[in-house]
Amino acid sequence: MRLSPKLISRLAPWLLTGFLLVCWQAVCEGFEIKPFLFPAPSLVFKTGIEMFEPIMTHAFHTFFTTLVGFAVAVAVGAVLGALLGSSPVIYKALYPMLVGFNSVPKVAFVPVLVVWFGIGTIPAIITAFLISFFPVVVNVATGLATLEPELEDVLRSLGASRLDILRKVGLPRAMPYFFASLKVAVTLAFVGSVISETVASNLGIGYLMMSASSSMNMPLVFAGLIVIGAMGVVMYELFAWLERRLTKWANRGQNAAI
Amino acid sequence: MSTFVEFENVSLRYDDAGPKAIEDISFKVEEGAFISVVGPSGCGKSTLMKLVSGLKEPSDGYVYVNGRQVGGPLGIVGMAFQAANLLPWRTTLDNVMLPLEIVEPWRSARKARRAEYEEMARAQLARVGLAGFEDKFPWELSGGMQQRASICRALIHKPRLLMLDEPFGALDAFTREELWCMLRDLWQQQPFTVILVTHDLREAVFLADTVYVMSKRPGRILVQREIDLPRPRDLDVTYTDAFASHVHVLREAIGRVRES
Repeated sequence: MRLSPKLISRLAPWLLTGFLLVCWQAVCEGFEIKPFLFPAPSLVFKTGIEMFEPIMTHAFHTFFTTLVGFAVAVAVGAVLGALLGSSPVIYKALYPMLVGFNSVPKVAFVPVLVVWFGIGTIPAIITAFLISFFPVVVNVATGLATLEPELEDVLRSLGASRLDILRKVGLPRAMPYFFASLKVAVTLAFVGSVISETVASNLGIGYLMMSASSSMNMPLVFAGLIVIGAMGVVMYELFAWLERRLTKWANRGQNAAI
Repeated sequence: MSTFVEFENVSLRYDDAGPKAIEDISFKVEEGAFISVVGPSGCGKSTLMKLVSGLKEPSDGYVYVNGRQVGGPLGIVGMAFQAANLLPWRTTLDNVMLPLEIVEPWRSARKARRAEYEEMARAQLARVGLAGFEDKFPWELSGGMQQRASICRALIHKPRLLMLDEPFGALDAFTREELWCMLRDLWQQQPFTVILVTHDLREAVFLADTVYVMSKRPGRILVQREIDLPRPRDLDVTYTDAFASHVHVLREAIGRVRES
């Protein structure tokens, strides 16, 4: 029996993941690496089962924190991006500041947030927001700023206002850019919330990993890492799916290939 | 018939200090007439369109449409360009209905009269041979079909003036002739004024009542030629001597422009 190309491309990511896990297991066993340095996947898995409840409590907290930060980032990013994209003056004025702001490592900013808001959830939400809003701004602004003048002329010659043009042409055309940025932003939001939890929190996967590593419980640290990774993949796929559903017109070439 | 579009000594520079794109243009278009403007590329033909549609203001002189000086884009104008410029996220039907969402008085009644508008758009598409393609997206249509849809969009709000900027320039010869006939039929069924900018002399002579030849930059009108071929014109007319002599005269005028 021959596998169809479609089935192969479906299975490929699972096969590769499985293959890498097998390699990892083989390396750990073959070189007899000590579990407190680099635990084998079987041990990580076992720990994951044993500690299922605390891991889930922390994971859920991280998930919630991330989503709140991400939601704010999407709202602020879309509005800011729309402003930047529709006015060259605002673009010129704000862009250098945004780039500068984005270049600051967010982990360096967490202590400031702790002074302002105390340790816990709020700095984590803010860090998730700070790290993930930039791609949304840039993409929405680019989508609007690269609008073809001909499309604009079609509407302008009918007497459309600037708001009409934004609503009828600008925003729909920026949608593929917007959705592309959501995929990136949601994974960054996880980075943000976990960073903040590691530095200043007593809840969340970041905190769990921090306390596990201080007691040399490496299998638990790795279990935490895998949970974060899995959450990131799930959210990424969710937004990739949304993107395909809502902006089909922009991805027709790609869809034909799949 | 009354004058519908009038240019009075119009000049335009894109930059204040820059060279003129067009210079001292004066002409009149009667209501319901079909005129065509031809000239070498870069002669400012498209600038004329922008002036009439109110996308640009003249540096000197006056442009009047419907007895009033043009002060901005007007709802009574419909435009189509060389590229069909259909919005890829809208179906053909929704693309055609776009002007009804912008231009008054259609705009205010668009919720209440949605079904009626849709019927209008379907009828318009059927008239250009696009029945059955209403729910296709632009990329599913051929170039000629896209251009037909684009002309439907330009006409859906029943403009009194249709402006066409090399609308058939990107099409193959056979499709182009088909679309000439389509445009001729539309114009004869439903009277409106047409300004067609083109570089195809046969197209200009076949469709227009009057052909204007423009010079190189700065664009000026050099020749005005009335095309007295009887209407309705059939494609066969393009093989007659009268047709050929019109094209010949215009061709010579253009030749002189290019050499000068």
